[in-house]
Amino acid sequence: MYTMSSKIKIFSIILVIIGAIGLIYGFMDTPASVEDVKEMLHEEHSAHGGGEAMATSHSSESDDAHADEHAEHVYHQLKNKPWSAIYVPVLFFFLIALGAFVFYALQYAAQAGWSPLLFRVMEGIASYLVPGGILVYVLLVLSSLHLNHLFIWMDPEVVAHDEIIQNKTAFLNIPFFLIRAAIFIIGWIVFSKVIIKNSRKQDDNFSMKLHKKNFKLSAGFLVFFIVTESIMSWDWIMSIDTHWFSTLFGWFVFASIFVSGITVIALVTIYLKSRGYLEKVNNSHIHDLGKFMMGMSIFWAYLWFSQFLLIWYSNIPEEVTYFITRLEDYPVLFIGTVILNWALPMLILINSEFKRINWIIVLSGIIILVGHYVNFFVLIMPGTVGESWFIGIPEISSVLLIGGIFIFTIFSALGKAPLTVKNNPYLKESENFHY
Amino acid sequence: MASKVLHAIFTDDDILMQAVKAMRKKKYGIGEVYCPFPVHGLDKAMGMPHTRLAITSFLYGLVGLTVATLMMNFIMIEDWPQNIGGKPSFSYIENMPAFVPIMFEMTVFFAAHLMVITFYMRSKLWPFKEAENPDVRTTDDKFLMEVPVNEANVQLIAETLHESGASEIKLIDNK
Repeated sequence: MYTMSSKIKIFSIILVIIGAIGLIYGFMDTPASVEDVKEMLHEEHSAHGGGEAMATSHSSESDDAHADEHAEHVYHQLKNKPWSAIYVPVLFFFLIALGAFVFYALQYAAQAGWSPLLFRVMEGIASYLVPGGILVYVLLVLSSLHLNHLFIWMDPEVVAHDEIIQNKTAFLNIPFFLIRAAIFIIGWIVFSKVIIKNSRKQDDNFSMKLHKKNFKLSAGFLVFFIVTESIMSWDWIMSIDTHWFSTLFGWFVFASIFVSGITVIALVTIYLKSRGYLEKVNNSHIHDLGKFMMGMSIFWAYLWFSQFLLIWYSNIPEEVTYFITRLEDYPVLFIGTVILNWALPMLILINSEFKRINWIIVLSGIIILVGHYVNFFVLIMPGTVGESWFIGIPEISSVLLIGGIFIFTIFSALGKAPLTVKNNPYLKESENFHY
Repeated sequence: MASKVLHAIFTDDDILMQAVKAMRKKKYGIGEVYCPFPVHGLDKAMGMPHTRLAITSFLYGLVGLTVATLMMNFIMIEDWPQNIGGKPSFSYIENMPAFVPIMFEMTVFFAAHLMVITFYMRSKLWPFKEAENPDVRTTDDKFLMEVPVNEANVQLIAETLHESGASEIKLIDNK
């Protein structure tokens, strides 16, 4: 039986407190009115010095109107900044828990023989689905109450002047959006609760019936998941760039959350093993997780590149603006995700021996998690804050806040049941697993 | 070079593994082991060094990547940089996404084929090669261990093999 060490408890609470303070500061720090932004832009302009020559060449009237428009634009972006700063990690950590649970369901459905030793770790991570789902839903509700402008299609004024969005309102309207989100989140949580409950019941006595039930439930969940995940990615991420669409987007998001989920499983397993729990987990289990981390990193890069290549190659204006804004405003992050999420994990984890060494798995795991946070950042930020992005206090502190809640939730959930399942038909095989 | 070898036949891979372990324990050198199928863990029990085929494959992949890059850089960018459908052929990096499918395939092609050829060369396999099979039954259901012996230890080795379950033991001249 595992109990959360007081160190982790204090550590996660400190993260939450620092994160909350930073986030509140982030909300206070937004400009109060368009006038403030104008002043700010003016200062920036004169600091750069190039403004005077430009102003003389235009008629001052249209220049002023243009400056006003620009100031208002920047004002909305800056107002959105703390909101998207918190939206990215809330979504990211929730989807990590979902990715880990998908991996767990896959192990049941595929009747994997190596992984039952790690089931409780996966269940612990999946426990974040409840608080994470609530946080995501609260943010979506706040957006639909017009407290922010994350989703431009939620703004009736924007829709009134935008024929493209008007044609999409049959799908993109607030009541339907919230109902869909509720169905997805509740569906995932209910599946996870039932499967985990059956797994705990299995501890009392061996029952093939329960195992078969979990097998069927997992298969059912995977079908439900792949449909809902696809729609979820359109709703929660793609609809931020309402004028743009991509068909493989759902898969792309899936690859991102799946590899992050597996990475978190590996990191938590290594942590628990280093603390003397999970004695029967050997380096072959770590090796298998490492192989999944590497393979799914390459899968992510495959989808990332497929999406980019097809749009770059055909260069149709209505699609390509998506990548032009990213390449112009986020060049380092946009290319950086490929290095962090594909090149480094592939080169580090290609060696068979390396995948058995804990610190190498931890190192590449941290690289992968940072990379996929940046991936979500680049998915969401360009549509909400545009070129006004910065990884500053609100962004970092909201990662700390949500990360603290995440760590606290999963480690307190890990303490609620023995860390090894009992009576799983594949347990013996898993204990003797050697590669 | 030992002038004589013992051929010990085993009927089961478990017995073979035990015999290999017994021989290693008594520090007798094993010449060869012939099996009808891969026996899991036999190479480890015999103390064989790990294969370096994967490393060669990685290096061949790098060669393939280099060949693809140099080829397309010369053809598409340096030699005759035409405007084909508006693709930017000013520098390699500008048109790189279009080259990636070929770079990928060439990497895989070189890595796979050169590794296979390396495998054939290192294990001396080619068409019309004369089979080095000491006993035809080893391709069907028997396992054969070949042990080089001399006058001094032939009796001891034969006894060890017999104790560990060899079903027949032959002493033959080494060709």
